[in-house]
Amino acid sequence: MAKELWKGNEAIAEAAIKAGCRYFFGYPITPQNEIPEYMSLRLPQEGGVFLQAESEVAAINMVYGGAGSGARVMTSSSSPGISLKAEGISYIAGAELPCVIVNIVRGGPGLGGIQPAQSDYYQATKGGGHGDYRLIVIAPSSVQEAVDLTQEAFDMADQYRIPVMIMGDGMIGQMMEPVEFKPVAKRVLPEKTWATTGTGGKRKPNVINSLFIDPQECENHNIKLFKKYDEITANETRVENYNVEGAEIVFVAYGTTARIVKNAINTLAKEGIKAGMIRPITLWPFPTAAVEAAADQASVKAFLTVEMSMGQMIDDVKIAANGKKPVHFYGRTGGMIPTPAAIVEHAKKVLGGAK
Amino acid sequence: MFDEKRVRIITGHYGSGKTEFAVNYTFGLAAAGFKTAIVDLDIVNPYFRSRQLESQFEEKGIRVIASSIKGLSGDIPALSPEINTVFHDKSYQAVLDVGGDKVGATALGRYHESLDREPYDMLFVLNANRSMTHDLDGAIKYIRAIEAGSRQKVTALVNNTHLCGETTIEEIMKGQALCEKVSDALELPIKYIVVQRSLVPSLPQNLKGEVFPIDIYMKKPWEQES
Repeated sequence: MAKELWKGNEAIAEAAIKAGCRYFFGYPITPQNEIPEYMSLRLPQEGGVFLQAESEVAAINMVYGGAGSGARVMTSSSSPGISLKAEGISYIAGAELPCVIVNIVRGGPGLGGIQPAQSDYYQATKGGGHGDYRLIVIAPSSVQEAVDLTQEAFDMADQYRIPVMIMGDGMIGQMMEPVEFKPVAKRVLPEKTWATTGTGGKRKPNVINSLFIDPQECENHNIKLFKKYDEITANETRVENYNVEGAEIVFVAYGTTARIVKNAINTLAKEGIKAGMIRPITLWPFPTAAVEAAADQASVKAFLTVEMSMGQMIDDVKIAANGKKPVHFYGRTGGMIPTPAAIVEHAKKVLGGAK
Repeated sequence: MFDEKRVRIITGHYGSGKTEFAVNYTFGLAAAGFKTAIVDLDIVNPYFRSRQLESQFEEKGIRVIASSIKGLSGDIPALSPEINTVFHDKSYQAVLDVGGDKVGATALGRYHESLDREPYDMLFVLNANRSMTHDLDGAIKYIRAIEAGSRQKVTALVNNTHLCGETTIEEIMKGQALCEKVSDALELPIKYIVVQRSLVPSLPQNLKGEVFPIDIYMKKPWEQES
C-alpha cells in the first residue's frame, strides 16, 4: 500500500481497527479528539461499536467489560481523563484483562493546557492507580511508529493478559506524517479460555475479578503478576540507540522530544562534539540495560535526559546509571517544547562542567 | 496569481496542508503590495494554526485576526468581533483560513450574511494523500459537506498533494489527475498547483492551473534550525 498523509490520532484509530479492535469506549478531551471522532465514523462500518460514555470512569469500566468478554477493546484520553480512568486501569490490571489505552499527553497538573507534554511519565510507569501493577507503556516518536506499535499493542495485551498504554505527547496526536499501514509480525497468542463468553452448560462459569478476601491469595496473585512482568521485561523491552558508540554525552529522550534531540545531536556533530541518544520505545519495561551499557562505556562523560516535563524519566535513567556517570536534565513543561538550539546549548554546558 | 476576489476563503480537509497554503498565500499578497489581513477561523484544530505565526505576519505589516481569547493554548471556539473588519473595511485584501471538515466550516456559516453581500472566492485545497479525499467520490463528498457547513460555494480547486518531506513530482501529478477529475465533475477550475519551491523546476509544463511555489512555515519542532 502506498503512503498516505495521516494525522497521528486518526492513524492510531485506524491501526487499532486493522488490529481487530471493534469496540471503543471513550469521552472527548483535547488533544486526542480525532480518535473517538474517527472511531465513531469507522467502527459502525466494520460492524463494531463506538460508544461515547457519560464519563471517563464509565468508559474505562466498559473497557473492563468488553475485554472480559474476550473482545479487542480500546479507549483513549488525554492526561486529566487518564487520571479519571486510573481506578479502572488498576482493576483491569488486577483482573489481568488485555486492552489498549491511549494517552495523548497534554500539559498539567490539573486541567493544565492542551499543548504537548510528557509529564504523565510517572502516572503511566509508576502507577496512577493503586496497588502493585504494571502497564506495558509504549512511546512512539513518529506517526508511522504509532501505527505499527498500536497494532502490536493488541497482540502484546492478548499474549500477556495485560493493559497496554500507547503514550504519545500531543504532537504525536496532532501532527501529519506519511504513513504506510503494514501487517505486523504474527504472534502465537493463547486462546482466551478465561473470557466470560457463556458456559453453554458445558463448563463452570468464568469469573473475572480482582477481589481477594484471603491475604495469602492476594499475595500469591501479586507474585504471579510479577512473574509475568519479569517475562515481559525480558521479552518486550524496546529501545533505539543512536550514535551512542564513542559518544561523550548520551541523551536519553523519548517520543517527539527524541526527534528534537536528534536534530541537536547532528548540530553538535558539526561542531565536533560526539553526542548520542538512547531512546526508550517502551517506557515500561524501561531499557535499563542500554543505559547501563552506556554508563560503562569509557567515552561517555555524562547523560543528559531531555523531557517535556520537570524531570520524571530521569529517575529511571539515574537508577540504571547507578552513579557511574552523572545524569543531567533539561526540560520544558506545561505545553512548551524544547528547541534544538536550547538542547545544544545545555549539552555544551554539561560537557563544560564535566571536563 | 492573487487575482481572486477581495475576500478569499481557504478550505479543505484538515491535514491537507490548507493552513500552509493560506499562510504562503497571505505572505505573497502582502509582498505584492496589498494591505493584507489573515483571519484564523480554525476552531477545530488545537495545533498547527496560522495564528502561531502572528509575530512573523505582523513584521510584514499583515493584520492577524484570530480568537478573541488570547493565548495560543485555548481550545475555546471563540470568534472575535474583529473578524467583521474584513467585511466592512474594503481596503483590506483578506484571507480566511477555515478549519478543516464540515464542523470547522460551520464557523464560516456565521458570516453568511456578510458573504452574501460580498463577492468572494472559496478555494478548496485538495490533497490526494488524505484518505477521505483520495478519490473522486470522497473529494466530492468532502466539498459538499464543507459547502453545507459553511453555507458557501467552492469557486476553485487547489492541488496541494504532498507527503510532507517525502513529496515527489509523481505525488503532485497524482493529485493533479484527481483535481482534473473533480474539476470536470463539478465544473470548477483548478486555480493553483502548490509545489515546494525546490521542486518547481522539475514540474512538467502546461498543467491546468498556476504553479504556486511555497516555503514551509508550519514547521515541526525538530525541523527548526539549531
